[in-house]
Amino acid sequence: MIAVIDYDAGNLTSVSRALSHINVENVITNDIKLIESAERIIFPGVGAAGSAMKSLTRLGLDKAIRQAVESGKPVLGICLGTQIILQKSQENQAKCLGIIDGTVQAFSEIFQSRGIKGLKIPHMGWNRIDLKADHPVFAGLKENDEFYFVHGYYPLPDNLSQVIATTDYGIEFPSIIGMNNLVATQFHPEKSGNPGLTILKNFSSWEPC
Amino acid sequence: MLSKRIIPCLDVREGRTTKGIKFKNNVDIGDPVEMALMYYEAGADEIVFYDITASHEKRDIMIDVVRKVAETIFIPFSVGGGIRTLEDMRDVLLAGAEKVSVNSAAVRNPEIISQGAAAFGNQCIVLGMDVKHVGKSEQIPSGYEIVINGGRKYMGMDALAWALKGQALGAGEICLNSIDADGTKDGYELTLTELISSSVDIPVIASGGAGHPVHLRDVLTQGKADAALIASMVHYGTYTMPDIKSYLDHEGVKIRSAW
Repeated sequence: MIAVIDYDAGNLTSVSRALSHINVENVITNDIKLIESAERIIFPGVGAAGSAMKSLTRLGLDKAIRQAVESGKPVLGICLGTQIILQKSQENQAKCLGIIDGTVQAFSEIFQSRGIKGLKIPHMGWNRIDLKADHPVFAGLKENDEFYFVHGYYPLPDNLSQVIATTDYGIEFPSIIGMNNLVATQFHPEKSGNPGLTILKNFSSWEPC
Repeated sequence: MLSKRIIPCLDVREGRTTKGIKFKNNVDIGDPVEMALMYYEAGADEIVFYDITASHEKRDIMIDVVRKVAETIFIPFSVGGGIRTLEDMRDVLLAGAEKVSVNSAAVRNPEIISQGAAAFGNQCIVLGMDVKHVGKSEQIPSGYEIVINGGRKYMGMDALAWALKGQALGAGEICLNSIDADGTKDGYELTLTELISSSVDIPVIASGGAGHPVHLRDVLTQGKADAALIASMVHYGTYTMPDIKSYLDHEGVKIRSAW
């Protein structure tokens, strides 16, 4: 059973629908006991970092997510869920969970500081990923597979060995990060057609060592 | 590098896909869920649904379509047409759509954009704009005016100013439809598209006039559009999604080539 964490942050039903489509049992929940007993956790989210952190804290889910990561069970972050795993976001200067050391950066700032012009924000649409190393959750993908992104900010871990894949949008930014039993994608696997479903399928049987 | 998106557009009336020219003479062309699945499997990057059901009381039919589509395809899709309130937006998003598009409701009440963006996130809110070329004037400095009611009612609003205002209010994307080009199959309105897309920071979907893959090439390069809406050129089998994508790929337009 996968618990999809519900913290009032956007379209959680699409993750659940994609899992059901590939016959993976799942539940959308904010019940801490259910999250503790689930085999795997998906931590999705759309919206702003500040308000998401407020909801998480109010519901006691910040602790539940930290515990899940510490327990060693497989955890998948998606989009805002990925950003919130870091320490701090440039979006409203929000303090985040700090599970991975690093910050969430704004495209607008890096584009401005590097004089990159003509790129729309948010980064919205389909783009490729460049896997830095083999990883069981991202096995079976083709080089030219693309994934659906929609975001104005991106995760930047301090430790670059925690970058599993990067994507090119004016700059090369981390599009998958992770460590041990935790993986987190900036794109939406649940909205990325067959390659995205492959990732969800891989995650649902992943046994981190 | 980000791919240019090719987006089939389905007009849905009372649960069936229809197609008309300049909002008239609509004919039934199929089941929207089946058509969405077909386009998904053929490599569509996104799908746009416009609910053209006349009666607001029959909106539940569309919500049911949205729910079925969300269980069937796993790419983003948006729903527009008849979205007037935050409640309408919520219904469509909870049923599984990625985005909602507001058009005449936003013209009448621009606050719906900021309210929707605050409640659901900017990325959820698409500003749909129907635009007609009227020539430059003091009131319409860009020469393009906002129209509603399928192009019948002129609003005295400049299209460029409205696009910028929509962005400032929190729209995450603009779907720019040229009423002059719509249904002609003679190509997109390139001047208008280039003007709007190079003036805003958010993505712009070009709409109206697609009849040949060359039109998509032109609007995605010269017109600087981030995405192109297509309808009759694929609905009647004149071209397939792979035909269009392989042409664009050959022409050097970056598209999603595997799915």
